[in-house]
Order: sequence, then structure tokens, then C-alpha cells
Amino acid sequence: MKLLDVANLNAWYGPNQVLFDLNFQLNVGGITTILGANGAGKTTTLRAVCQAVQTTGSITFLDKRIDGKATEDIVRAGIAHVPDGRGTFTALTVEENLKLGAYTRKDRHEVQADLERMYSRFPRLKERFRQQAGTLSGGEQQMLAISRALMLRPRLLLLDEPSFGLAPLIVKEIFEIMRQINEEDQVSMLLVEQNAALALNLADHAYLLETGKVVLSGPAADIKADESIRRVYLGY
Amino acid sequence: MDSFVLQVTAGLANGGIYAAVGLALVMIHQATHHINFAQGEMATFSTFIAWAMIQAGVPYWIAFVVTMVVSFVAGLLIQRIFLKPVEKAPILTNVIVFVGLLVIFNAFAGWIFEHTIKSFPSPFPVEGMFLPKYFSGHQIGSISVTLVVLLSVFCFFRFTPLGLAMRAAAFNPESARLVGIRVSWMLALGWGMAALIGAVAGMMIAPIVFLDPNMMAGILLYGFAAALLGGIDNPWGAVVGGVILGVLENILGAYVIGSDLKLTMALVLIVTILIFRPYGLFGKPIFSRV
Amino acid sequence: MSAISKKISLVVAVLAAVLLPFVLEDFRVFQLNLVLIYAIAILGLNILTGYGGQISLGHGAFFAVGAYTSAILISQVGMSTYLTIPIAAVVCLVMGVLMGFPALRLAGHYLALATFALAIATPQLLKYKGIEHWTGGVQGIILDKPTPPFGFTLFGNELSEDRWLYLVILAIALGLFWLAHNLLSGRVGRAIVAIRDQPTAAAALGINLTFVKTATFGLSAAYTGIAGALSALAVAYIAPDSFPAFLSISLLVGVVVGGLGSISGAIFGALFIQFVPNVADQISKSAPWAVYGGMLLALAYVAPDGVMGILKKIKNRRQAQ
Repeated sequence: MKLLDVANLNAWYGPNQVLFDLNFQLNVGGITTILGANGAGKTTTLRAVCQAVQTTGSITFLDKRIDGKATEDIVRAGIAHVPDGRGTFTALTVEENLKLGAYTRKDRHEVQADLERMYSRFPRLKERFRQQAGTLSGGEQQMLAISRALMLRPRLLLLDEPSFGLAPLIVKEIFEIMRQINEEDQVSMLLVEQNAALALNLADHAYLLETGKVVLSGPAADIKADESIRRVYLGY
Repeated sequence: MDSFVLQVTAGLANGGIYAAVGLALVMIHQATHHINFAQGEMATFSTFIAWAMIQAGVPYWIAFVVTMVVSFVAGLLIQRIFLKPVEKAPILTNVIVFVGLLVIFNAFAGWIFEHTIKSFPSPFPVEGMFLPKYFSGHQIGSISVTLVVLLSVFCFFRFTPLGLAMRAAAFNPESARLVGIRVSWMLALGWGMAALIGAVAGMMIAPIVFLDPNMMAGILLYGFAAALLGGIDNPWGAVVGGVILGVLENILGAYVIGSDLKLTMALVLIVTILIFRPYGLFGKPIFSRV
Repeated sequence: MSAISKKISLVVAVLAAVLLPFVLEDFRVFQLNLVLIYAIAILGLNILTGYGGQISLGHGAFFAVGAYTSAILISQVGMSTYLTIPIAAVVCLVMGVLMGFPALRLAGHYLALATFALAIATPQLLKYKGIEHWTGGVQGIILDKPTPPFGFTLFGNELSEDRWLYLVILAIALGLFWLAHNLLSGRVGRAIVAIRDQPTAAAALGINLTFVKTATFGLSAAYTGIAGALSALAVAYIAPDSFPAFLSISLLVGVVVGGLGSISGAIFGALFIQFVPNVADQISKSAPWAVYGGMLLALAYVAPDGVMGILKKIKNRRQAQ
């Protein structure tokens, strides 16, 4: 069974079509990355999976169709989205943000245990748990956003440009933690990134988008190794 | 000196009412960015329902609680039925819907209960239980009831998961959806709570100003002023604003302006705040992008 | 319809309108006067809210100021009746422009809130003892209806005060509608709509937002003020309670029923707010308001373009066939 199966996906912002007949699949347990230049439609793809934009075409998650459903219900089905801009509740505290991540869960004790695990994984969050989320640094907000998404205990984690605006050392730290999460907690990931080098290091599979269409797909290792592809499409 | 203190205490009691109405307005504005012009008429209608029950022999506090529940459900349904369809419509359409609701509630109140002025009972003893020299029984009771309601609302938002979810939905509906919160229902809940608070305000003020379909018009105006004074998105600002306004109204009315221009005073206050300090005493300025 | 047949039907319509009062009894003519007056007031509100997108829930205040200006000038200063009308227009124009400045800083529902507060405060303000000397306080001011300057009889009915007033009001209304039509279908109208829909872009294109927005407010106020002045003459009596908050809401109902941004729709709106109470009153004093509220809601959901929008849709469908 595929984790996520997207077929003939088109997406619009109002009257403007942004995605054209996209097809891609995710396997359970893997990390897949979507690469491409600005405006290629990467963020839109993630939004389409969450049904935050108008789409046609089928999106199947764990053998159930999710296209046409409300975002809240897709989240409840086990997909967590860390949007671009992080989407933290800046006026609420760090702990309130994390608790909200677990809003739909009924298992109180497990939620508390997860909270502790987030704090041990990101000690900086523990230090600031009573602080307003808006006062955290960029890197800390990203950690908070990822933790909040993980509090859902999702099967699939969507990440939109987690490296954006962060210092290289922090980015390295975050990507290392993402690898851990994937291996230890068996959370599959769909990663949208501008920084192709970082993404190809982490992911197993990659798709390349150009103006709303898939132009290349293959194992990340192959793409990373192929110098001509890298130079033409990824600029390095 | 005594009469001054009496003006202040009366102002505190009225201020509690203005605080409650202001809070109801802020709750809806915070979540939906709309101003509920129908808030006053909804509260009046709720008070009429309570009146009808009491006339039929229902004991006061039972009528009180039933009215709160009915108002809550009605507020919830109104959001679902009348406001959800125009959620994404332009502001003018929403304003038209609010005015339409205002008019309908006023009309039905007049139709069903007629325009004759009615007296509404106070459940509190005539003599004040606390500082009887300065507070009447109803004033103490009214302040206590509004305090209980406000405190309950505060605890609800601060300490319960649902309250947290409602706050999240109000601050950032998109992110709220991403944690699985059904934002639409949070809005409906907010409406229900606002209707409930409005009903309490109506039942507390009715014994003083007497009950008729136009009872709340002036009070609504003061509720707006209170909400603006405290910062239209700040619930506790509305409470503080309401109390300040209540006292100010009485002091200015007794010593400076006379009681003939109370509504004009509210108007001047509203316009002044909107122009010079639109985010109120406690709010933060919000910048909009092109 | 070709341009010539349009002009012919317009002339025929005007002619019919001029002859109409002489086939109706006096009381009906009085009602028609009110319809025309409301039409002018509604047109005024429409200019600001329908075209300009600035929401006013307080236009009753301009109506009141127009009415009181005229009444005070006639009863206290002894001015000629007809002269008071342009003066009322100017007074309201200035008042509107002055209010337009703070309105610049108020978006959507904040402006609605401020004007709503104005609507609620207006009757109390008019009753204020400090200006009682001029306004007549709670009792208000009683006037005489203007006498017709000549007498004749047509279709068996003489030129009564009401019929004479009808002709005066009709002339003024036609002039105001023509003016509005010309202004709004030209550059001015386009500027107003551009500011409503895309204010930042409009400013970037060189449109002077301040000037256009305050001028719109002023023009809108002047129209409604003229209507108010005419109402003082037509009813021959004004008092603070003639201008409750619900008057402002009635005008809004008229605008919505007729169609936001439609000039000719003002007539439908006026007919609605004049005659619905007559019919619904018999059921209950509150029934007209239930109908108003129901209409507002129904139109908000179903036909935001009001009666004119529905008529346009029918016309478009016919043309398509």
C-alpha cells in the first residue's frame, strides 16, 4: 500500500492554474523531497495535499481518498503540515502551541509523554515553555513548528522549506533531528526545499517541479550523483 | 461627598453591564473580525424570554439558567445558519446581515411581547448585603453576577483545551485547521457564548431601565465604546473599559454634561477612539499589507 | 433598444409622471411625494455605500439636518421656502465633507459602527435643551405647506398643495437623478469605484483618494439632506422622533432592495420602504420591520444586487435567447 498516491492533480489559485497534471507517490517510511525554483508550485503541492487550495484529481492517503475533504479532517487522518512561515500561534506560549498539536488526541497520558519527549529532543523549547511563541528565534520557532506537528503522531509529515531564513548551523541541527524522527518514530516525510543539496542528502526519493509540472523524478542518491542534472536543474 | 460615592457605585454596577456587553462584542470580533450590530437586540430578546417564563410562574433562577442555555444555543445556530454562508462575502454583505438580524430580533420582540414597558424582577434583596449605605441590593447582586460570568469565561479560555482551541482559531484560523481544529464550530461556539453573556447583561439591566424592545440600544452603544476603549480584540480590555465607562458616564452625567446627552457622549467617545487610538488603551496596532 | 427609442420612452415616462398626480386623490399624491423623497435619500446613500463602498448606517442624520435646516430657516428666519432647499443642500454637503475626513481612516465595519452610533444618538441630540430655542425641542416645528403659485384643474383635480409639491419634488428628483447618472457613469464614477475596489492601486494611478472620498461623502450627504428638506415641506411637521435610528436602517433597506450601485433602483427601494409599512402595519406594528429584516437577509444571500440586479439578469437572459 502506498502512503500517498497523487494522480492527475491540478490546482488553482482563483482563476490561475498552478499545478498541471501532477503524479507522484510516497512509500511508507520514506523521505521524499520536492525540489524546484521559486514559483514552481512546490508549496502549492503541499497545500493541495491538505486541500487548502482548489484541486481536481485524486489524492489517496493509506488507500482512502482525501481530495474534497476539509483540511481539519485530513489532519485528523494523520497528515501534519509544517507550513512555510512556520504557522506558530505567536500570541500563545510554547507549551500551548504544543498542546494544540495534540488537540485531536484522546490519550492524555501519551500526550504528556510525547510532550516530555519533545522537550528532551529540543531542550531549547523546554527552557522557554512559558514564553510567547512569537518571541522565539527563527530556529526555535522552526523546532516548535516541527514539534507541534509531531504531537499529532502523524503518519506523514509535510514540511515546507524548513531551512528558510535560518543560519546554516541551525539548519544542520534541524535536518539531523528530522532524520532521527524518520528513523526512530517511523514518520514518513514529504519535504519541500529550495536548498537542493540539503534535501538530497536527507531524502530517498526526489521530484523536480518546473512551472507546475514534474520534469524529473528518481532516487535522491542518483540525482545527487548526476552532475549534469545537478548543474542544469539544481544550479550546483 | 456621599452623592459622589453613590454616583461611583452606580457607575460600577452599570460598568459591569457595559463590560459584559463589550466582552460579548470582543469575543465575536476577535474570532470573525466582524462587529455584531445585533448584539443588543439579541440580549433584549433573551430578556423577554426570561420575562415570559417568570410571568408563567417559573422561579427566577431557573428562568435565568434556562435563558442562558437557550441564548447559547440560539447564538450558535445563528452563526451556523446566517453567518456561515456569508463568511467569505464582502464586509458590506456581512453588515447587511447583521443589521437584518438586528431588525428581525427587534421586530419579533415587539410582535410577540408588544411595546408596552414591562417591569423585570430583581432576584436580590432591596437592601445591599455589602456596604448598604452605598450599594443597593441589586447593584451588589448585578456586580457579583457579572463578575462570576466574566471569571468563568476567563477560566474557560485559560485552562480548558476547548478554550485554548477557540483562542487559537481566533488568532490564526489557518494554523488552527492544521492541528485539526474545526474552526467553523469554534466560531459558532464564540457566538453562543457571546449570546449567553449578552442575555445575562440584559437580565441584570432590565430591573433598572425596564423592559421594552428598545431597551438595549443605548447600552449597546456603551458596549461598543467599552470594547473600543479596551482594544477591540482584547477581552479583558473590554471589561476594564466597561467599568471605566460606567463610572465616567455617571460622574460626567451628574456633574458636567447632564443626563440628556449620554448617547451623544458615547458617540463622541466612539468616534474619538476610532480616529485617534483605534486599538484602544490596551490593544496593539495591526499593520495591513498591500 | 436603440438610443432614440430609449429617449422617446424616457420622455413618455416623464410625461406620465407629470400627469400622474391629477388622476390620483390628494392622499395618494402625498404618499408619492414621500416615495420621491425617499428615492432621493436612497440615491444619496447609494452614492456613498453602493458606489463608494463606504458603509453608512447613519444617513438619517443628514436627512434630519436637511429637514431641520429648512424648517428653522422658514419658521425662525422667515426665508422663502424654495430657497431653503439649496441651503440645506450646502449645509449637508459641508457636514458630509467634514465627516468624510475622519471616515478616511475608518475601514469597513468601523465606519459602519461610527455611523450606527450617530444614528442612535441623533434623536437624543435633536432633543437637547441647549438648542431647543431653534429646534423646538421635543415638540418640533410645525410648518405650512407651500401654496401653489397658480391654480388650474386637470382631469377633474385641482392643483392642490400636495400636487404642486409633487411637481416641485419631481423636478428636483429628475435633476438629481440626471446629475448622478452623468457623474457616476463618467470618470468620477470610475474613480469612486476604483477606490472602493482597489484603493492602493487607485492611489498609485494618481487618483486623489482624499478628495474623491470626502467629495463622495459630501455629495451623498447633500442628496439626502435635500430629501430631508423636502420632507419637512411635504409633511409640514418635523420633530426629533421623526428621525430615529430606524430611519437610517430604512434607507439602507431601500438601497439594498433597489440594488447597491444602481441609480434607478432607488425608486424601487423607495416604493418598498414607503408601502411595505402601509400593508404590513395592519398585521402588527412590528410587522413592517420583520419584513425589512427578512428582506435584508434574503437579499444579502440571494440577490445582493437587489431588484435592479434581478431585472438585469432577466434582461440578459432575454437578450441571450
